Amino acid sequence: MGEAIVVTSGKGGVGKTTTSANLGTALAIFGKKVCMVDTDIGLRNLDVVMGLENRIIYDLIDVAEGRCRVNQALIKDKRFDELYMLPAAQTKDKNDISPEQVRQIIESLKPDFDYIIIDCPAGIEQGFRNAIAGASQAIVVTTPENAAVRDADRVIGLLEKSNFPSPKLVINRIRPNMMKSGDMLEIDDICQVLAIDLIGIIPDDEYVIKAANSGEPTVMNVDSRAAIAYRNIARRILGETVPLSQMDEKSGMFRKVKKFLGMG
Amino acid sequence: MTGKSYITIKGIKEGLVFLLDDQCEFVTLLDELNAKLDKHVQQFTGPIVHIFIKLGARQLEEEDKERIRSILRRQGNLLIQSIESDPPTVDPTLKIAPTLHTMTGIIRSGQTMEFDGHLLLLGDVNPGGTIKCSGDVYVLGALRGSVHAGVEGDVNAIIAASLMKPTQLRIADIISRPPDEWTSAEPWMEYAFLREGTMAIDKMTSLNRQRKEVMQFKGV
Repeated sequence: MGEAIVVTSGKGGVGKTTTSANLGTALAIFGKKVCMVDTDIGLRNLDVVMGLENRIIYDLIDVAEGRCRVNQALIKDKRFDELYMLPAAQTKDKNDISPEQVRQIIESLKPDFDYIIIDCPAGIEQGFRNAIAGASQAIVVTTPENAAVRDADRVIGLLEKSNFPSPKLVINRIRPNMMKSGDMLEIDDICQVLAIDLIGIIPDDEYVIKAANSGEPTVMNVDSRAAIAYRNIARRILGETVPLSQMDEKSGMFRKVKKFLGMG
Repeated sequence: MTGKSYITIKGIKEGLVFLLDDQCEFVTLLDELNAKLDKHVQQFTGPIVHIFIKLGARQLEEEDKERIRSILRRQGNLLIQSIESDPPTVDPTLKIAPTLHTMTGIIRSGQTMEFDGHLLLLGDVNPGGTIKCSGDVYVLGALRGSVHAGVEGDVNAIIAASLMKPTQLRIADIISRPPDEWTSAEPWMEYAFLREGTMAIDKMTSLNRQRKEVMQFKGV
């Protein structure tokens, strides 16, 4: 029986879809059977980030309205045999499906998969209620900005009310040097306010943008620091104990190389 | 009917006062009232007499009062001026200690908690979260959101917090907005109160100077 995890944030643009795509792919890398479900109806993105847009035949609304079976709507990933995604509809909107319908679809996927990653739309309205309906665990994505932390706090409150006893936190787009100079919110400060378990921190990495545009999940590139961070989160989901990566590790490496070359 | 009479009738300058027992059954009172009126038919005829009914501690609904009125109305000359109960006695223990609610957890953005009485919160108030209390608010944690103490106008209410970093504080109808009006967040526990109509912040240890009654018993 699979575990359904919803990736949510409240605020838009903090990296829910990127996180969903990368966690799904990373779990597949570790040999798990994964299905990603895009619930952002009307503004679907997950298929684009995964590079699977041109394979869509049926979508979530088609399944909900009985035009096809769930299996017909699932798209198999081009990289992994055990990675699937269920795309959102692009022409409908969030009110065309009910939380109960989403819950039933997720339930029907659970027996066939180890993990079901649900990509939640921004906001706290119908789309949010749809996305959390079928999930039993939640990952809240935030960035080190006050507005994002405030919205994450709101969402955590709503999740706790909807019986998610311990949502997990991902802090995305960290710039270590800005954090060091005090221009960015500290990880500790964010954790203190939100008071939930931190499951990972992702450094700001230009490669993420490049990967998203080319439809290739970041985690596929082992040179990317964000990829390592996403893989670490996947390992923590699988129950391993992985220490948080040191944010200034790379600059240390750089300095070493520079020193070696006589530039430091 | 036993010898004990539940209704005492007294004559005063303005008319007659009916003192109704407040311990017995209400039906007993009605029976006795009927009986009394039947017995003294002569006395109750003649010029108009003003009647004042005192119920003692008994509190009556309007329909029960109406039942009394309808009995007395049988005598054409009785004019009911008032049916009164004693004002409900205030439980003295309540006055000294208004109810203290204890709550555990974090008040997150968008959440509002309202309480009648004091509130002891074991947890934080996050930015965007709100507490409204008719009494004091004590936060055993970080206060980063807004708190309104003394919502019903109690200017003596206070707001205390382990870490005082609120977005807004209100006591009674005074609104204060740190850090424009005062800065704080000292490492010790602090409380906000009203000093001559403006918000002030002080260390927790100063509270007993303001509220002497809080620290009456200090042991031997």
